[in-house]
Amino acid sequence: MTDRFETHEHDVLIIGAGGAGLRAAIEALKFGAKVGVVCKSLLGKAHTVMAEGGIAAAMGNVDSADGWKPHFRDTMRGGKMLNNWRMAQLHAQESIERVKELEQWGALFDRTDNGNILQRAFGGHTYKRLCHVGDRTGLEMIRTLQDRGVQLGVDVYMECTITRLMKDGDRVAGAFGYWREQGRFVLFKAKSVIICTGGIGKAWKITSNSWECTGDGMALAYYAGAELLDMEFVQFHPTGMVWPPGVQGILVTEAVRGEGGILRNKNGERFMEKYDPKRMELSTRDVVARSIYTEVKEGRGSEHGGAYLDISHKPAEVVKKKLPSMYHQFKGLADVDITKGPMEVGPTCHYMMGGIKVDAETAASTLPGLYAAGEAAAGLHGANRLGGNSLSDLVVFGRRAGEAAAKYAQSASMPKIDEAQVSAAERELLAPFERQGGESPYAVHRDLQDTMQSLVGIFRVEDDLKKALAALLTLKERAAKVSVEGSRMFNPGWHLAFDLRNMLTVSEAVATAALARRESRGAHSRIDCPETDPVCGKENHIIKDVNGKMSLSTVPKGPLPEDLQKILEEA
Amino acid sequence: MAEATLNIFRGDSTNGKRVDYKVDVTPGMVVLDALHAIQGHQAPDLAVRWNCKAGKCGSCSAEVNGRPRLTCKTRMDSLPLDRPITVSPMKTFPVIKDLVTDVSWNYAVNKKITPFTPKKDTDWKMYQQDIDRVQEFRKCIECFLCQNVCHVLRDHDVKDKFGGPRFFVRAASLEMHPLDVADRVPMIKEELGIGYCNITKCCTEVCPEEIHITDNAIIPLKERVVDEYYDPILRIVRKITGAKKA
Ligand code: SF4
Ligand code: SF4
Ligand code: FES
Repeated sequence: MTDRFETHEHDVLIIGAGGAGLRAAIEALKFGAKVGVVCKSLLGKAHTVMAEGGIAAAMGNVDSADGWKPHFRDTMRGGKMLNNWRMAQLHAQESIERVKELEQWGALFDRTDNGNILQRAFGGHTYKRLCHVGDRTGLEMIRTLQDRGVQLGVDVYMECTITRLMKDGDRVAGAFGYWREQGRFVLFKAKSVIICTGGIGKAWKITSNSWECTGDGMALAYYAGAELLDMEFVQFHPTGMVWPPGVQGILVTEAVRGEGGILRNKNGERFMEKYDPKRMELSTRDVVARSIYTEVKEGRGSEHGGAYLDISHKPAEVVKKKLPSMYHQFKGLADVDITKGPMEVGPTCHYMMGGIKVDAETAASTLPGLYAAGEAAAGLHGANRLGGNSLSDLVVFGRRAGEAAAKYAQSASMPKIDEAQVSAAERELLAPFERQGGESPYAVHRDLQDTMQSLVGIFRVEDDLKKALAALLTLKERAAKVSVEGSRMFNPGWHLAFDLRNMLTVSEAVATAALARRESRGAHSRIDCPETDPVCGKENHIIKDVNGKMSLSTVPKGPLPEDLQKILEEA
Repeated sequence: MAEATLNIFRGDSTNGKRVDYKVDVTPGMVVLDALHAIQGHQAPDLAVRWNCKAGKCGSCSAEVNGRPRLTCKTRMDSLPLDRPITVSPMKTFPVIKDLVTDVSWNYAVNKKITPFTPKKDTDWKMYQQDIDRVQEFRKCIECFLCQNVCHVLRDHDVKDKFGGPRFFVRAASLEMHPLDVADRVPMIKEELGIGYCNITKCCTEVCPEEIHITDNAIIPLKERVVDEYYDPILRIVRKITGAKKA
């Protein structure tokens, strides 16, 4: 202990307190581990609260024909078969139990007439499968997990940011960071670390993501030597708000379409008839997002450059009961009464399918002692995620990560962290104050968002991706020279300097992988390679730091076992 | 384009001053957008909490022109622009820096509440009409605006004796859960100090989730306290029949 920083010791350290982090904590506690959870915001504010539509689990409460097999099939098809099949299988099988468990911890889902959990239709799901609470399912889930974690006695370090993982040889040994409030430094020693830091939406200009979603965990794992998987797959949610400018990108839940909402262009045409006549508005997100984008591009967009989404044909009380926060959101922020007229919507950067490469059973990364779950991990969703599969992902793999990390910690000794790593992390954190006359991190962040929005968006092309990589190089140089003013006390400019470092690294991984995938699949659409290529479909992209350089390699996907192959061929 | 002046508290627990910033007002702009514009171009170290920018996380609470608001839901065009718009941190909680306050006391109160305790051997059947009122309480986004306006906390500062409206809402959500069997009435009386509340309804007025805090949570809880402490017959009947809920 020195006065330069405080030190805390845990068996299992969890970075991130969204659904995955809290579920992991609950599980690790069950195995007797001393658990610490670190989060950038206050407890209960993580991006999980923004999830609206529901949690997918094949309970069959509404459509009794549902079961894990159709859920598995839908997930694999939605992900264009690039998914890790074992993760898709575990997810479909275990999500049912995980939802029941939430109910047993106090969550109150909407009910069917005979007293069971009500389920609603959603894009890409064959059956009514999403358990929900109106359009605030994420809030219900995070509050339930938060209360459970607090009850079990988890140590939570709120408003604390991790900037580096610490290592002991090859093994992960903890993490270093700062308290956001006072700016003091803090060292966490831990036998195992679970990364549950979510996505990278803040690298794009139009996004549904909060300030927290800066790819921290992916970058931290990458700097420590872990492998990242399939980073080209970024989901643009088809329906974000487009007007007024201040609200651009804010999510409009897919539940609007799940409850019967219809998409039209400025000529009043129900354009999904053209792009996916069978599933229409409930097609997968990649298809709907591209359809809206194409309508706008070809001059058939709404007044402010989106599409019209209309639910006003449903009775006003039903809309207010099933979509209360959408009703208030449009009324308050856009002066639109959605029970009377259409909303204007357009694609918004929403979710990262790629992330830290993990083992399906244990959520272990390629680094000993390091685990990852939730959006920060990759594999389950393949090339495109189905709505509702994220909340279930968090609890299924959060639980698995918690168990595996706790067991690993039981058999491991407390690692040693050498002074050199700690002082390097400290120097890095102090540097922006010592540099004089550099740019503000906000300026570099704005340019990063413009670059990713215009060059690494829904439709991609080789030229743009190369330009993006060149631009990212320049941005990295600028970011390395930013200066910040003021003190270390709650200083958002200083905080952004490190979030920016992470965003730049992860953005580079996205552009690198997008350039390498010479096909169109799921959320990755290449104008210059419009076809889906069966050969590429058997390959995953791995990104790794090799001697300080980002390197990409292509690895073959494992073969699908026969029993699962059969399930895919049915129906 | 219209221009607005924001008059913002800058400082920490030891000293502070008010600083004017000018921003261009764009269509649909909310106060939080204006704060971000100031952060992005004029004062990068301006401390503000926010997450969702859509009224769902309860992070961005502050006092705008003296009124407790979520800054992400307060439209600039709803405020008079001919004079400076004042933005100040919530008064009830200690300032950390600028608009950021220390709300950790709320998390400590939360820990005192007996957790969800389900009936043994239930089949988990519940009906919508039986959970509607609890779902209202579970809409709470923990913005702590109700805590901020409640005079018991704001003017009398009895934080060690009184839990505040947010936690009556939480206690009510557990007490009225159809499958919960714990008895929280002594805790509500003694530790949350519900007797201090004199039903002024200020909390209900500011709740951005439009939870009827006083009518639906506090008054029924007060009734339970009265029943349990001042109506011994009813208490004995309940003990015998095992019925917790009236
Ligand atoms: S009604 Fe009670 S809890 Fe609400 S503000 Fe008034 S005194 Fe406080
Ligand atoms: S009850 Fe309402 S005002 Fe109080 S914390 Fe919850 S949402 Fe905010
Ligand atoms: S930022 Fe989430 S409620 Fe305002």
